[in-house]
Amino acid sequence: MDFNFTEEQTMIRDSLSRMIREQYDFDTRRKVVESEAGWRPEMWAKFAELGLLMAPFSEEDGGLGGGPIDAMVVMEEFGKGLVVEPYVPSVVCGGGFLKRSTTAHKEEFLSGVMSGEMVFAFAYAEPRGRYNLADLETTAKKAGGGFTLNGHKAVVIGAPWATHFIVTARTSGDRRDRGGVTVFVVPKDAKGVSTRDYPTVDGRRASEVYFEDVSVGADAVIGDVDGGLPLVELVADEAIAALCAEASGAMKVAHAMTVEYSRNRKQFGVAIGKFQVLQHRMVDMFMEHEQSVSMTYMATLKLGEDEVTRKKAASAAKVRIGQGGRFVGQQAIQIHGGMGMTDELAVGHYFKRLTMIDSEFGNVDYHLKRYTDLSAEDMPVAAE
Amino acid sequence: MNLDFSPEEVAFRDEVRTFIDANYPKELMEAGTREDLTREQFLAWHKILGKKGWSTPAWPEKYGGTGWTSTQRYIWSEENARVDALMPLPFGVSMVAPVIYTFGTEEQKAKYLPGIRSGDVWWCQGYSEPGAGSDLASVKTTAVRDGDHWVINGQKTWTTLAQHADWGFFLCRTDPDAKKPQEGISFILVDMKTPGIEVRPIKLIDGTHEVNETWLTDVRVPVENLVGKENEGWTCAKFLLAHERSGIAGVARSKRGVERLRSIASKEMVDGKPLITADDFARKISQLEIDLTALEFTELRTLASESAGKGPGPESSILKIKGTEIQQRLTELTLEAVGNYGAPYAYGMEAAGHNDYDVGPDYSNFAAETYFNMRKTSIYGGSNEIQRNIISKMILGL
Repeated sequence: MDFNFTEEQTMIRDSLSRMIREQYDFDTRRKVVESEAGWRPEMWAKFAELGLLMAPFSEEDGGLGGGPIDAMVVMEEFGKGLVVEPYVPSVVCGGGFLKRSTTAHKEEFLSGVMSGEMVFAFAYAEPRGRYNLADLETTAKKAGGGFTLNGHKAVVIGAPWATHFIVTARTSGDRRDRGGVTVFVVPKDAKGVSTRDYPTVDGRRASEVYFEDVSVGADAVIGDVDGGLPLVELVADEAIAALCAEASGAMKVAHAMTVEYSRNRKQFGVAIGKFQVLQHRMVDMFMEHEQSVSMTYMATLKLGEDEVTRKKAASAAKVRIGQGGRFVGQQAIQIHGGMGMTDELAVGHYFKRLTMIDSEFGNVDYHLKRYTDLSAEDMPVAAE
Repeated sequence: MNLDFSPEEVAFRDEVRTFIDANYPKELMEAGTREDLTREQFLAWHKILGKKGWSTPAWPEKYGGTGWTSTQRYIWSEENARVDALMPLPFGVSMVAPVIYTFGTEEQKAKYLPGIRSGDVWWCQGYSEPGAGSDLASVKTTAVRDGDHWVINGQKTWTTLAQHADWGFFLCRTDPDAKKPQEGISFILVDMKTPGIEVRPIKLIDGTHEVNETWLTDVRVPVENLVGKENEGWTCAKFLLAHERSGIAGVARSKRGVERLRSIASKEMVDGKPLITADDFARKISQLEIDLTALEFTELRTLASESAGKGPGPESSILKIKGTEIQQRLTELTLEAVGNYGAPYAYGMEAAGHNDYDVGPDYSNFAAETYFNMRKTSIYGGSNEIQRNIISKMILGL
């Protein structure tokens, strides 16, 4: 066992942290979030220059030879800076599918992701599917040599900035069957694709994405036709690990801001940080953050294990971090008092991001159930 | 970063497992986790490990530590938990010994460390007093210099298993006029056979005799039994508490406890189906296991930073708080799981002349007693509220 970071990982952390401090302060972020575009493509290009978008890919694929731990390092810093640019949708999810694909376009797409010239978004959720990745009403029917897609994808994060979508669709079976799920790459400008773009409560952009008789070739398929679900689950678990890292970063800052505020804010003639009831609350926040870091490491390091171990690890982390993020966010607002309610202070924005992370790729209840079901599979009831 | 065991670590695990399987006393496996074992039972495994050289893994090598890496120590805990091994008690091995090898003289090291390593000498802790619990620095027991001796007078309490102890380490006030309460305290080693010491049992809510009151009346102790400097005992006391906290998480044992809980819940029936298939109970177990995983990885991170040269710091307070919360929830859920058969009182039956606990399934024995007993964990070793004070002061700087 080894809990040390490599020199490259430490370098990524240090230079990214400096870049965010210098070019991504809270006021700048606010302006970006309120701007028409909602993000900074030039910032994305700088992240690419720094090597962040190549970091988690193998050298064979043209990357820097890292993996999920590199993505973890990046996302923790993104979380600290409330960075809105789409690292999880494009690099972790888009790249996660592409690197495992055999499509003729693999090289072109992957190098597009790594250079930042292409941006991917992962269209998996549906209006009536909630968190079940197999609950799909979007269909892809065989037509000629390829497929025709029809359906409506919900809250596709980063879609307004995307050039391409990764889309899950049902190619056979009933609505919630594990079999019959297929993954496609669809260019955003393909005929029949339309979007309704909107801002999200945590400062990002998303879209409802509609597919109306969208034709794609057979080479748009990633993985196996009808057998795509295990790959979708794997990439979703990788996204969960990255989101956990982001949440850990956000918790760290929300906690630090709260401690700092309690040192300066005076009531009854003393700094409120002198009150034991608040000290203990802030200690509890600190412990939630520490445990979130531990769970992020755990889930990230277990991504390469067998399916049940990996899924249980991702679910365990998502449960703990959903709960920890909620506690840290709520208490950060509480201890800031009325000021915590204002849009002006950054702390409320950390709270909002932490709140939204819980519902991405399944919330606490969903993952507690998934963990419980997997435990039952893991250990038959009759066993001693 | 990775979680893999190297080939050497796998070989180490096999070696440890083989040794435990071949040498762990069979009679202790039957004895389980009861708190009222005999002195010989308590020391049996300790003595075997002492001969093997494995009784004090965390000590520096020159004093008899094993020099194991943090991964090896993790493997060691896991393998012992596999058989519910009764590990060496902490009072000698992980409490007084680190104080002796850190602050003691060469003579003290030579005199005391071998007996702790071998398991021949049993130590107890004289810290708390009726008026000094969480506020430990307010100890009133006095030690007054008289020629070549300290003369100790006072009362200690919660002296765990002092009925078996050969030696004790005591916090005594040596300067009643010190400016701050922490400044006038000394750390003194006392032979428990010295005239003037009386140990009286305290019966606890679970029925066990685990702790005692210890009365000291004109107890004469040689001056060389002072560890560290006179009036600077608080330094030793704080150092000791940090060591005590770091071993207190009990991760491997709690993992074994969750397995046992699952096994119980798969035998208990609700409406004709195993309790473990009931959603509400199954999710309580899941939540517990998830929180235990968070603790496990927090401990692994702490161990890793310790082996990188940092001693146990205030971070170990997290392990104490979370570790004890989990131990308590585990016993709480186990009691819930056994249902009606939580009620029969094991020690009561003993008193009524029954030799065994043949009421209800075996796994229900002691479920309630253990739950009651484990309430101590968030109180001892610096209560969990005190641990929060420590984190608040030392880490958050409040």
